[in-house]
Amino acid sequence: MNYLTLSITLIFVLIPFVLSKTLKLELGKDIIIATTRSIIQLLAVGYLLQYVFEVKHPIFILAMISLMIGAATQNARRKGVSIKGITWKLILTFTTIELLTQGILLGLAITPATPQYIIPISGMIIGNSMVLSILFLNRFTDEISDKEDQIELYLSLGATPKQAIHRHLITSIKASTIPTIENQKTIGLVQLPGMMSGQIIAGAAPVQAVQFQLLIIFLLLTTAVVTSIILGFLSYPTLFNDRMQLTDQNN
Amino acid sequence: MNKKAIICNHVSYQKNSEQILTDISGEIIKGNITTFVGPSGAGKTTFFKLLNGLLSPSEGSINIDGKPIESYSPIDLRRTVGIALQEATMTNATVRENLMLPYQLSNRTFNDKIANHLINQVGLSNDVLSKQTNDLSGGQRQKLSIARTLANQPKILLLDEITSSLDRLSQTGIETLIKNINTEYGTTILWITHNLQQAIDVGHDTWVMVNGQVIEKGPSELLENPKTELVREFVKGVHK
Repeated sequence: MNYLTLSITLIFVLIPFVLSKTLKLELGKDIIIATTRSIIQLLAVGYLLQYVFEVKHPIFILAMISLMIGAATQNARRKGVSIKGITWKLILTFTTIELLTQGILLGLAITPATPQYIIPISGMIIGNSMVLSILFLNRFTDEISDKEDQIELYLSLGATPKQAIHRHLITSIKASTIPTIENQKTIGLVQLPGMMSGQIIAGAAPVQAVQFQLLIIFLLLTTAVVTSIILGFLSYPTLFNDRMQLTDQNN
Repeated sequence: MNKKAIICNHVSYQKNSEQILTDISGEIIKGNITTFVGPSGAGKTTFFKLLNGLLSPSEGSINIDGKPIESYSPIDLRRTVGIALQEATMTNATVRENLMLPYQLSNRTFNDKIANHLINQVGLSNDVLSKQTNDLSGGQRQKLSIARTLANQPKILLLDEITSSLDRLSQTGIETLIKNINTEYGTTILWITHNLQQAIDVGHDTWVMVNGQVIEKGPSELLENPKTELVREFVKGVHK
């Protein structure tokens, strides 16, 4: 696709913009900002990736992954500000997920150790891990404030913090991973995954595209479950002090 | 000389810079039933949570059974000083599963014989064991809450307004139960109540708390002849 063709695609921006004006939806400003940002951000990433792919130096790969982890942490931490040390807990979670999944992919030679594979796959893993973290933190903090009486009951009967929080931790882990699992159950029936569609459009054989998509689906399953578990087990101890008392999250 | 189950020395508690309890000192006699009365928001529940270790005092010291409260591990303290909370919080399960909870938490064996004993001890029949806690009446829930706390065989039992939402008949049932637990097992009982007659009838001693302070304490009959104007006003207000 050349730039002329690309500019014609702006017609898909014009349609919602005109509709917004006609129906007074007041979305015009947001549509312009979103379009401008996506053009600048994606073109910048495109040029950056092109450079990294050409140079092939590990330091650039590490820098790209660090940038992804930093951005994901910044985005997710807002949902867990009541949890002490949430920033480093998120960094640790994303780093562990990245090391685990890339370790398996590269260690077993499932994917080639080139920036073309490492960077996009890392983006998918860290991005998915970020969404999972937000879902988990949302559910977990709600669960703690809604079920404080239950946690207090367990503690009053002589439970350890782990025993007192266990049920609520499991509920939060399950609730945050269910969307990923449910999504995988209908994949291919309702919509073709974006990456697979992209490969097919780019000329790859559909079966090969499917094979690669399956790899990504399995990766994201691990990412979902492991993210929630790591973040959950890193987070719950900070809800208690050394006298096994529930610390006031509003303090 | 009477042995002391609890000794408090200048205990205060502050939360978010709000003073909840101020300079509480006093002794609870072992084997007695001590009732706690006072208007809502006087800090009675907070005081109980300090004794059970769900909270820690900001200032002052508490001795339980001759030992500083900090010398107990939190788990030992909570099993020594059991608490039945006002709301009678239940896990969303059967009566039997709720009774089993303290045993699960401490990895002790639980069986039908123990379940029957615990439930009969509070005057409920074995039939309720299979019921969901949502199907219990208010009085049954409170009795179950007490039975569950007793499963840890606490030396001191804290009861937080357990009869406030019950009808008179259920209240009498709970009063009899508390007296029986006290005489049968020698358990020291601290009981928050809004019913002054109940405080006099059941309690050996009474502490009157207002605005986070203990205004008067002594034999429960003090409620019939308060020494301070503040307590006289409180008693008059309750009887209106």
